[in-house]
Amino acid sequence: MPTAISVRGLSKHFDEVRAVDGLDLDIADGEFFSMLGPSGSGKTTVLRLLAGFEQPTSGRIQLGDDDVTDLPPYARDVNTVFQDYAIFPHLSVRQNVEYGLRVKKVPRGERRRRAEESLATVRLEGYGERRPHQLSGGQRQRVALARALVNRPKVLLLDEPLGALDLKLRREMQIELKEIQREVGITFVFVTHDQEEALTMSDRIAVFNEGRIEQLATPVELYEQPSSAFVAGFVGTSNLLEGAVARALLGADGPFVIRPEKVQLVAPADGPAPDATTCVAEGVVREVVYLGATTHSVVELDAGAILTVSHQNSDRSIDAALERRDQRVVLTWRRDHLVSLGGSDPDSPVNRAASPEEETA
Amino acid sequence: MRLPVGLRAALTGFTLLVLVVIYTPLLLVVLNSFNADRSFGWPPKKLTLHWWDVAAHSEGARAALWTSLQVAMFATVIALVLGTLAAMALRRTRFFGRNVVSLLIILPIALPGIVTGLALRNAFKTVLGLELSLLTIVIAHATFCIVTVFNNVQARFQRLGGNLEDASMDLGAGPFTTFRLVTLPMLRSALLAGGLLSFGLSFDEIVVTTFTASSQDQTLPIWIFQNLFRPNQAPVVNVVAAVLVVLSAIPIYLAQKLSGGTAKAMTGAR
Repeated sequence: MPTAISVRGLSKHFDEVRAVDGLDLDIADGEFFSMLGPSGSGKTTVLRLLAGFEQPTSGRIQLGDDDVTDLPPYARDVNTVFQDYAIFPHLSVRQNVEYGLRVKKVPRGERRRRAEESLATVRLEGYGERRPHQLSGGQRQRVALARALVNRPKVLLLDEPLGALDLKLRREMQIELKEIQREVGITFVFVTHDQEEALTMSDRIAVFNEGRIEQLATPVELYEQPSSAFVAGFVGTSNLLEGAVARALLGADGPFVIRPEKVQLVAPADGPAPDATTCVAEGVVREVVYLGATTHSVVELDAGAILTVSHQNSDRSIDAALERRDQRVVLTWRRDHLVSLGGSDPDSPVNRAASPEEETA
Repeated sequence: MRLPVGLRAALTGFTLLVLVVIYTPLLLVVLNSFNADRSFGWPPKKLTLHWWDVAAHSEGARAALWTSLQVAMFATVIALVLGTLAAMALRRTRFFGRNVVSLLIILPIALPGIVTGLALRNAFKTVLGLELSLLTIVIAHATFCIVTVFNNVQARFQRLGGNLEDASMDLGAGPFTTFRLVTLPMLRSALLAGGLLSFGLSFDEIVVTTFTASSQDQTLPIWIFQNLFRPNQAPVVNVVAAVLVVLSAIPIYLAQKLSGGTAKAMTGAR
């Protein structure tokens, strides 16, 4: 597949801070590519480098077959949807959408037609004469999208475009964005700190940490086969087992990761015996958190680690689960559900893996 | 907000008192311009349009008005251009001494007019060897007129940030197209407000003008001041003052209406 964007050795330093540090990246034509990471991980800086708003400290950026590293933003065939939309307040919706065509001297008739088309793509037919301040947040977001799409850029850059919307609208827009992307066939590069959003929409995801890509994979791979404790902790909830605990339970140093929904929680009497395919650990339930569709139980293992277990609330009554606090239980999981992180980072603190979950809640 | 009845009545009374104190003297000026009595006896025994007729034919008053309008116009144009450019320069670039430059631009409005006037007179006459003329008044006025434009434009930039211009560049517009299609419309109401303020400042300036004007170039405030104590000119001065009251009310009213409307559109879109 031809590449839309190719980045080699890209670095951006702000004084002493290495916002982006020696990045290599290839994004395929027509791909929905997400850059995921906490604030300050460098993902937005990469987007601004691609758009041309920042000049790299070193490295090259190639767009299709052209090296665009030294080109200003207006000479690059990419368009951006800004986090705050940046809709021109003094222009009508139609004039906003037509802006890119107007500065490229496209004749008025064609301009009008393509603007209408673009507004239809984002389901805003008939809104052309409105002023931006008459629109809701979700509508403004669509105008920003239409204004970028109308230019039929090679790549569309989206900088956390759904961040300002409420949860329900955001979920709707996620599905819609994905549909629009498939419809127009343009490469989307999407920046977000919301792991769920990235998993929902992307073909591939690059997880950023401190200016570098921690892992680049499909959503399924990223979730099922995280390559580091950071990725395991940032994408979904995860339990980290390492050192003495891992040795006692699993017979190896690890570190290992096990997802909460892969662990079963049973009464001590029903606990199976550990064998080649099943792992078993005893512990005490410290906390039970009811989350609507699922319930999380936090279990302190006798071996010393704390594990989060999640199960679907498929029964109408979940009283039994809630009453389990402070009771002894047995946890079991299949050995092949453990993901080994390869023992590359034995000093990694246990808690680090479970904390970033808060950001997406 | 709900206020106790007593407090509300007191505030209303106080507000009315302040308004009466401010506007009664102005009203008197307008009324007296129709007073037939040369020494403004009160209450007027007879009303007349005679003084308006005299004023309309007063060569001195007309020439002074024209001079004032010219000075205010040129000073405002210079202020609009330089003030906007200064605000733009200080906006994106971060350099050592940036705050010092900003302070130096704003300082002239705080300096006592007599100091500015004296300093400029010396500079013009001795250092630059310039004859005092309309030009020297315009330059002198521009030094403090720039401040009003600079402040207004800078405040607008701070409120809007730089994303709109980034968006314009991103959509394919070069720096000049971006300035014409995005930056300038964004600044329109700020420029209008700054320009009107600057025009007003220049129009009624008297201290700096005294030091930087030649004896031939009389602005309206200087003409008024010089004719105020000549008994036979006093009624004409009164008419000129009445005209100024009405003339200055119109642009302020317009500015308020205009900037109110655009400010809403500007902020509503964010």
